Amino acid sequence: MIAEIGHFALILALAVAAFQTVVPLIGAERGNRQMIAAAVPATLIQLVLVYVAFAALTHAYLISDFSVRNVFENSHSAKPLLYKISGVWGNHEGSMLLWVFILASFGGAVAVFGDNLPPTLKARVLAVQGSIGFAFLLFIVVASNPFARLNPVPIEGNGLNPVLQDPALAFHPPFLYAGYVGLSVAFSFAIAALIDGKVDAAWARWVRPWTLAAWMFLTIGISMGSWWAYYELGWGGWWFWDPVENASFMPWLVATALLHSAIVVEKRNALKVWTVLLSILAFSLSLLGTFLVRSGVLTSVHAFAVDPARGIFILGILCFFIGGALTLFAWRAPALKAGGFFSPISREGGLVLNNLFLCAACASVLIGTLYPLALETVTGEKISVGPPYFNLTFGPIMLPLLLLVPIGALLSWKRADLFAVLQRLWIAAALAIGLGVLLLVATQRGPWLAPFGMALGAWLIFGSLADLANRIALFRAPIGTSWSRLVGLPRSSLGMTAAHAGLGLMIIGIIAITLWKVEHIVAMKPGERADVGVYAVQFVAETPLTGENYTGRAGQFRIFRGESEIATVVSEKREFKPMGTPTTEVGLHQTLAGDVYVVMGDKTADGARVVRLYFNPLVSLIWLGALIMFFGGALSLTDRRYRVGAPKRKLTPAGVPAE
Amino acid sequence: MTRKQKRLSVIVGGLAILGLAAGLVLYALRDSIVFFYTPSEISEKNVQPGTRLRLGGLVEKGSISKAGGTTVTFVVTDMIKTLNVSYTGQLPDLFREEQGVVAEGVLDASGAFIADTVLAKHDENYMPKDVADKLKEKGVWQESKP
Repeated sequence: MIAEIGHFALILALAVAAFQTVVPLIGAERGNRQMIAAAVPATLIQLVLVYVAFAALTHAYLISDFSVRNVFENSHSAKPLLYKISGVWGNHEGSMLLWVFILASFGGAVAVFGDNLPPTLKARVLAVQGSIGFAFLLFIVVASNPFARLNPVPIEGNGLNPVLQDPALAFHPPFLYAGYVGLSVAFSFAIAALIDGKVDAAWARWVRPWTLAAWMFLTIGISMGSWWAYYELGWGGWWFWDPVENASFMPWLVATALLHSAIVVEKRNALKVWTVLLSILAFSLSLLGTFLVRSGVLTSVHAFAVDPARGIFILGILCFFIGGALTLFAWRAPALKAGGFFSPISREGGLVLNNLFLCAACASVLIGTLYPLALETVTGEKISVGPPYFNLTFGPIMLPLLLLVPIGALLSWKRADLFAVLQRLWIAAALAIGLGVLLLVATQRGPWLAPFGMALGAWLIFGSLADLANRIALFRAPIGTSWSRLVGLPRSSLGMTAAHAGLGLMIIGIIAITLWKVEHIVAMKPGERADVGVYAVQFVAETPLTGENYTGRAGQFRIFRGESEIATVVSEKREFKPMGTPTTEVGLHQTLAGDVYVVMGDKTADGARVVRLYFNPLVSLIWLGALIMFFGGALSLTDRRYRVGAPKRKLTPAGVPAE
Repeated sequence: MTRKQKRLSVIVGGLAILGLAAGLVLYALRDSIVFFYTPSEISEKNVQPGTRLRLGGLVEKGSISKAGGTTVTFVVTDMIKTLNVSYTGQLPDLFREEQGVVAEGVLDASGAFIADTVLAKHDENYMPKDVADKLKEKGVWQESKP
């Protein structure tokens, strides 16, 4: 019964979404107040209906109602509670429902917090949100019903793919979707502005917090996925340039560009057309990501069900929104008044460079991702584009951008004095170069790229801190004055410092694991020892293992540094009920300096175990850096000036002077 | 600088970056892509030793040998031709006889395949799409439902 209520709520939500799309649009066009005012209640009703549907599916999972096909195929009564819940979105139908759930949440948030938006703009934004909701609800109702029943009712379910039964992965999809779908708000604002024919500083202030929130969710979602790949897949890698990873990375790159270009619109009223285009592109890449991952074009852990009809449906949605938006852009963008111009060496110029590099990098990832698909379609030839391609393209494109980040952040608006900026950064540069040289001497036989990468990361960190120190006059003024200046700094500027420094940490982590990783594959019998980097690992013993829904073998390993034992780790081979699917659990000893990573493999002919040992130096910095970037974004979001709905259009001066 | 010159400098800068990106992409696409072949295609195309490629097919029944410590040898077949593969390291959890496999590496002078990567896949019923397509082409693969 509850499943039917959920299904019925979805159909009602579809109808409401249609109303939400059409009525406010016509109202805004004709200036009809009642029709404009219908947007908010329609959005909220759609939200409630989608929530009801989502709750109904969650309920079916919680009580293991195997009469619902979706639950039967993806759940099992012996599964831990957390994975019963995450099972809701661990499958095709449920994940699309989650997509719509988050979309409705963002629409509702705009409806509730957007009090200060001009009514017509708000009505149009909500109408565009409604149209996206309509398309995806239609897809769910027509082609991907999560509430389909089974008759006769099975006694037990098939279970969730065991590698997906993991805490980080349980929350990876909601965060990633919150990022993907959050970009729809910027998209809706862009479409509304194109219809409106007006983009100004106030518009940019409204778009920024939503983009920032989406960007934060994407950052966390992507890092969770990579963290999961690192410790669950047992290959010691953290990023594989897999098309599915790229699908989430491309919107992140463009969202990052959008965050930066929106600043120029807000402060200087320039780059307006470009920013509108970026808003469209960011969400288009989200849609493309959804299509690539959900259509079965790519085979991976994410492609749950390969049903060509569904792929074509999503492709249709993709073409409609991207094609429609770009057509509208081509038609209406010339109507947007061009903003003020600026000298190439200025904050604006720096942000333009940032945008160019980020978009070029995104394009190289896009080509690398789609080229094999295109080639196979056209010639039938199968190729794989892997890390070598991306190292050759993405790396060199990002390098100049990373070098320029600390400089760009210090340039003043309109016209800047490059020499003065470099003077303020010389200490940071000296420290970074000093570190590089030191490492070059210390690791003479190692790859020369590593000290260079470390220096680059250090340059980002020290450069950001130098900027901060300069702003609060650290060491030049009494410490009390510096402190009160620090407290008085706009949160958005602190957020920027944190995000750039976090990026620096991440670079250091990436370079360290890529170039300094130590790998050792060895056959070990209980009692034997093997070296990995400065550590030694001893295989202690192997014991049988029983978990809530699996059985297996656990191998105990002692980790030594010199002669002193510093930790014991366990690597497991599990076989999951009901299918006996094998998985491997990594034994991981983590420190900030590096991880010892132990994977117990198969038995060899003489009864030893193949053991894969890694020492991954500084690898935690990758996720620590991502976390700091996330908090930088959060800090920025709490800035009084960007509080959602805070800015009023009539109060905003045309150009705000540089801070 | 005049307004026109400023605009020009931005445009030239933008084009330079795009040019750099395009150049890199073209270069990388020529040099760092890896072709995907089945054992019979490798013999048909007369692939030179040392060329990096991906090999796809099924692991032949009874061919897995773990005699040499951490080195494993097995035979990959597409039901027409076979190829001996040797791999040092840990096999993925789902590596089994008569299951699909994708290995990346090079052919050595004797015609054996030295793999440095054997792909780990996530699903027990999983047949790499590439392999399934190739095997369907050869007419030796049928869809099976779990």
